[in-house]
Amino acid sequence: MFDVNCTRWLVLINCLLLSGCNDSMLNNPYSAIEHDKSILYSSFSERPKHLDPAVSYSSNEYAIIGQIYEPLFQYHYLKRPYQLIPLTATKMPEITYLSEDESGRLLTMRTVPETVRFTDYLIEIKSGVHYQPHPALAKMEKYIYHDLEADDLAGISTITDFEKLGTREMIAEDYVHQIKRLVHPKIHSPIAELMKQYIVGLDDFSNAAKEKNWLEFRAQNISGVEVIDKYHFRIRIYGKYPQFIFWLSMPFFSPMPWEADVFYGQEGLAERNISLDWFPIGTGPYMLMENNPNRQMVLSKNPYFHLERYPNAGESHDLALGLLADAGKPLPFIDKVIYVLEKETIPYWNKFLQGYYDASGVASDSFDQAIQFTGSGQAALTPELQEKEIRLQTAVTTSISYLGFNMIDSIVGGKSDKARKLRRAISIAIDYEEYISIFMNGRGVPAQGLLPPGIFGFEADLDGLNPYVYDWNDGYQRKSIDTAKRLMDEAGFKAGIDSSTLEPLVLYLDTSASGPDDRARLNWYRKQFSKLGIQLVIRATDYNRFQQKIRSGNAQLFLWGWNADYPDPENFFFLLYGPHSKIKTGGENAVNYQNDAYDRLFEQMRNLANGPDRLAKIHQLQEIIRYDAPWVLGFYPKSYSLIHSWYQNLKPHLMANNKLKYTRIDSVKRNRLRQAWNVPLWWPLMLLIGLLGILIFPAIIVYRKRKKAVINAL
Amino acid sequence: MIQYIFRRLMYTLPLLLGVNILTFFLFFVVNTPNDMARMQLGQKHVTEQAVNKWKVEHGYDLPLFLNTERRSFKQITETVFYQKSIKLFAFEFGVSDSGRDIGADIKQRMWPSLAIALPSLLLGLLVNIFAALMMVLFRHSYLEFWGVVACVVIMSISALFYIIGGQFLFSKLLKLVPISGFGYGIDTLKFLILPIVISVVSGLGSGGRWYRALFIEEVEKDYVVTARAKGLSETQTLFRHVLGNAMIPILTGVVVVLPLLFMGSLIMESFFSIPGLGSYTIDAINRQDFAIVRSMVFLGSVLYVIGLLLTDICYTLVDPRVKLL
Amino acid sequence: MILLISSVSIGVLLRNHDGLKRPLKKIAANKSAMLSMIILLFFLAVGLLDSIHFRAEGQRSSGVISVLDYCAKPLWQHTEKTYSAPFSAYLYSKEYITQDGGDKVWAFPRLQFGGSHLTNPESEKTSDLLSLLMTGLSKGLMLCMAGVGLRGLFVGKKSEQSARRYCPGFVCITISILIVGVAGLMELSMYYHIFGTDKVGEDVFYQTIKSIRTGLVIGSLTTFIMLPLAVIFGILAGFYRGWVDDLIQYIYTTLNSIPSVLLIAASILMVQVYMANHPESFTNLESRADLRLLFLCLILGVTSWTGLCRMLRAETLKLREMGYVQAAKVLGVKPFGILLQHILPNVMHIILIAVVLDFSALVLAEAVLSYINIGVDPSTYSWGNMINGARLEMAREPVVWWPLIAAFVFMFILVLTANLFADAVRDAFDPRRSQYGQ
Repeated sequence: MFDVNCTRWLVLINCLLLSGCNDSMLNNPYSAIEHDKSILYSSFSERPKHLDPAVSYSSNEYAIIGQIYEPLFQYHYLKRPYQLIPLTATKMPEITYLSEDESGRLLTMRTVPETVRFTDYLIEIKSGVHYQPHPALAKMEKYIYHDLEADDLAGISTITDFEKLGTREMIAEDYVHQIKRLVHPKIHSPIAELMKQYIVGLDDFSNAAKEKNWLEFRAQNISGVEVIDKYHFRIRIYGKYPQFIFWLSMPFFSPMPWEADVFYGQEGLAERNISLDWFPIGTGPYMLMENNPNRQMVLSKNPYFHLERYPNAGESHDLALGLLADAGKPLPFIDKVIYVLEKETIPYWNKFLQGYYDASGVASDSFDQAIQFTGSGQAALTPELQEKEIRLQTAVTTSISYLGFNMIDSIVGGKSDKARKLRRAISIAIDYEEYISIFMNGRGVPAQGLLPPGIFGFEADLDGLNPYVYDWNDGYQRKSIDTAKRLMDEAGFKAGIDSSTLEPLVLYLDTSASGPDDRARLNWYRKQFSKLGIQLVIRATDYNRFQQKIRSGNAQLFLWGWNADYPDPENFFFLLYGPHSKIKTGGENAVNYQNDAYDRLFEQMRNLANGPDRLAKIHQLQEIIRYDAPWVLGFYPKSYSLIHSWYQNLKPHLMANNKLKYTRIDSVKRNRLRQAWNVPLWWPLMLLIGLLGILIFPAIIVYRKRKKAVINAL
Repeated sequence: MIQYIFRRLMYTLPLLLGVNILTFFLFFVVNTPNDMARMQLGQKHVTEQAVNKWKVEHGYDLPLFLNTERRSFKQITETVFYQKSIKLFAFEFGVSDSGRDIGADIKQRMWPSLAIALPSLLLGLLVNIFAALMMVLFRHSYLEFWGVVACVVIMSISALFYIIGGQFLFSKLLKLVPISGFGYGIDTLKFLILPIVISVVSGLGSGGRWYRALFIEEVEKDYVVTARAKGLSETQTLFRHVLGNAMIPILTGVVVVLPLLFMGSLIMESFFSIPGLGSYTIDAINRQDFAIVRSMVFLGSVLYVIGLLLTDICYTLVDPRVKLL
Repeated sequence: MILLISSVSIGVLLRNHDGLKRPLKKIAANKSAMLSMIILLFFLAVGLLDSIHFRAEGQRSSGVISVLDYCAKPLWQHTEKTYSAPFSAYLYSKEYITQDGGDKVWAFPRLQFGGSHLTNPESEKTSDLLSLLMTGLSKGLMLCMAGVGLRGLFVGKKSEQSARRYCPGFVCITISILIVGVAGLMELSMYYHIFGTDKVGEDVFYQTIKSIRTGLVIGSLTTFIMLPLAVIFGILAGFYRGWVDDLIQYIYTTLNSIPSVLLIAASILMVQVYMANHPESFTNLESRADLRLLFLCLILGVTSWTGLCRMLRAETLKLREMGYVQAAKVLGVKPFGILLQHILPNVMHIILIAVVLDFSALVLAEAVLSYINIGVDPSTYSWGNMINGARLEMAREPVVWWPLIAAFVFMFILVLTANLFADAVRDAFDPRRSQYGQ
């Protein structure tokens, strides 16, 4: 009787579960009807804080807005070294230099004069570029949604609840409006202060524009930024700043229709989370349809996207890699991108292996599963992943991880020989080769200088050697720990004992890392310092406390990193430029390094064009840093990414953030493979239920016995 | 009756005020508004001016309790305390430190929380009661002994193990359910099965023991003994009398936690990435978004107080002997 | 130290109170209770060994080590490079090894310490393990013999009868098995990593036993913080009624209505801020971690006293109407005297049950809190931290399972024994149950 019952139940459960989805993938986290569409599945672990291009300044935000907003210029997708090409501009800007003659008149020059007073950028933008459909642009004689009353907002909870949508052509004024927005008192742009130093009249404008509503704000002009006509405008900056063109290719300089600010500025919308930080309005290939930070974000094709074609030329081997198969075809290829909230790395990785995410990085913990090294030291995928036709892409990122010495600290800082030797001893003792091997599975390159590979000025092999930490022995070889101990000796810290006080040397390492995963890392750092007899106390705090300490110069040692904004050595060397010191100006010189020779060299190097002159200057700069050791030069992380076979046209690009439009999904293949990989296993569950069922037997026996006992007793 | 409820309601007010003041002190001692600003404005190129601007915008630039720069009524209303804490009473949670309206988020996120918490509770209740009844039915036998042992064993395993193990087994190895995520409509089901099963199993230990104790107490009461003596079978007495009479403590126990179900489960939600209030709170703790944490503390307290109120009302409804004090 | 004081004080308290003797005997008669008590005591001993610190020059960065560290020196000195499996002689991940001939091979390198005395691990390991185990076991056995002999020496003079009553053979056997087992493990751990090593090559077995102290401190310290609050407030509220009652009820309802996780989170953040602002007071890692642990206990205590307080209040309310209390009042005994002589002894069983039950719940809570990053300091050894780290390891392929299993086993044993013991205590002390039990 029991048996019959049991099987009937199992069948029932089976039917119930199977009826839920008609394909065999029970673990499919997406709706079954989406399987044959050209949808890219990706994830976000933390919702992007800002999607307003004037504010946004971190990589996870750029992953979204890079697809929506279009700055004037972009990086060529295939060509290397990185090359800027026009995006919404028709051509690269016309640059004119202005210098002052004795009488104070401005002279216009095409060639670079001795002293540059101003530089002008004349920019022409494309005609016929339209914004995505958006309620802010909906118009019937006048704008429909620009005078919203409380009643109008009754049924509105998200932006898609507005019925009427409109569009209009992008004009030069939109770019100028965005430049104004950078210094708007309510929009805290992180580059506002920086840009005030460069763009003529921006500072005055920000003072004059305070307490103004959006219409008045629009009417106010910046003296250095001029709209010439619908498709032309001119930006004037102080002096010469060749890197300005890189800023122009960042989302900070995207077009922004003034209507958007008026629309979002209305009362009652912010409470509904309807703001520019949540729902962008751009001219790019995609538009944000759903922004639910609690679950998913959806990008879909912008129907009004202007014509842009896949590049026709690239590097020599791109053709062989199949990267030119789509050459000349109109972009974008993918219809929809769904970013799913995924906080934990484990589920993400497993879903990737099951085919529910199209690409993935490789976390340190899943590394052995994914990667193995061939005899020649080349990274390759494990047979299991190769069988799944997964591809591996590696690239050394344009970032550097370092341990900073606060140069105003009384023990490790300063220009004294003693402190310098201590710093150098520590630089030798911290074995970053081991760090990379333990914590990053070898996915990093120990830094020999400030500049990571791929940035002009980086030199490989002997030319790039840091002679104070490494020896050249047919490869870089870290100096022995004895060398470091000798340096400690010379510095007066023999075996970690301060010779003047006879107390052991205690150093403090500040870090914002306090999770359990970081425990191992911090233990490792302690181990490194104890090699020199130094006691390392780790002060782990939350990130804002950490920043406050750095800002006020209270930290002694700290771990930090830098991710290049643009591929130019200036973006790295300015991290140690005296006038950018953290405590004095709140700049990015976090170690408060101050060296006049370095500053002078930096100012010269900054304005030079890439060439032998610049390289010579960079050499000198690197030498100063290596000698002084204000940082323990850590490593340049390598990025490894895994891509499923159906995800095509991917080429690593460290600068571009609008790569999505070039890529393509083969959804038929994806569906086939997913089905093959996700065949559910039923028998263990059956076994479990069966075991539970067997438990009924003793129960019945006991019950019968008891009944008998009762009857007997009666 | 209405008067009674009204009186009870009045009684909750000082309670909530206490909670409010306590949390206010905790949160404004921990992190000064300056720190919050730094955190929200990001890392690169942040200046002191930007911080001040941010404080003005979020209303943190006001004095804490008394604004001496204003006159009369505004001395009190133009303060951080009034703006940030008192307004909670009107369920005006304000915006989070990152600029999103908290009220809207809560409204949206409480449903997924409920979707997982309510079935877990009900199913858990059913399973627990069933297990307890079985143990009582077979009391003084080796089945009961091993049942209790199993309960203790289940109890002694950390909830984290159940989650890690369950995900590993059912999602990764057997591929029966999605590893994590959440859907709407019919899709929801497949995401919910595993978390619900895990929470039922992990709660079985303490729940089963608790109900067993409850039933055993009931079984040994005189009327049950009488019923049995009358010739009712063991199962009949159990289901009719014991369960019936234990229903009052069971129900009131459930009623207290009912409103709190909206708060969701902290760990379960973040492991399965369910967009509920539990994971919302965890995120807020990790990001140190104090506006959200403050709101959640208050909301939790309100729900708890409502639970107490409901319990009182239930008691008076179910048991006429309880006087309306 | 706190542990020591508390256990002694509990002992003294119990000795002074005659009424508790009968239930205690009952516990002594319960096999599973005695078994779990022995294991609990063993845990306690390890925790105590770990709590007694002394300064040893040049040992570790802080210069302070505990007795346990001293005993288990090889465990924390034998650190490898990264993961290695239990009893393995090789690392868990492949590396380039330069062989004798100078060729580079991509293979598993040998460990620096684990099994380093073997020349050919594949063939020798099993026999070596067995022989080590046998040495360890026999050492333990010898220790036991010595113990039994000593006992014979001391106890023999007293009447054998009374000795048997308090120390039945069952207990002796359990203790012996425990000692033999521990000796075996110790012997093995000198040459191998019993539970493997973690990401930076630290011995997992060492971490696990270091975590015992953390678990015990959280479990016991918290209860000792919560006890006075609960007892004093609970009894006062029940005894005096009126405004005292109202005030105390108000306090605990208010505290109770705040979700405790949030309260803990806020407090832990506060400690962090305090430590950041006073770096001069925290010159080494241990003091920082200890403060955080202490504070965690404090705040856990503050959040968890309300339940017991409510029960005590209700019980006191009942008791104060009892005849003998009323009589004492009429006779002019001061209220304080009544509280101490009549009320407190009669609620003792409630307190005891609550303490033992809370203990295991707190040990479990630690793991959960560590997951939300509001538990003990990340540099503290704790099972919570171990489990938390292990979540990532479970995703590795091949799976790194040993830290999770090690933490699981030890935590499970502690909580299980605590629960079993709590059950026995409850059965023994609950007046209603004791009636039916007979």
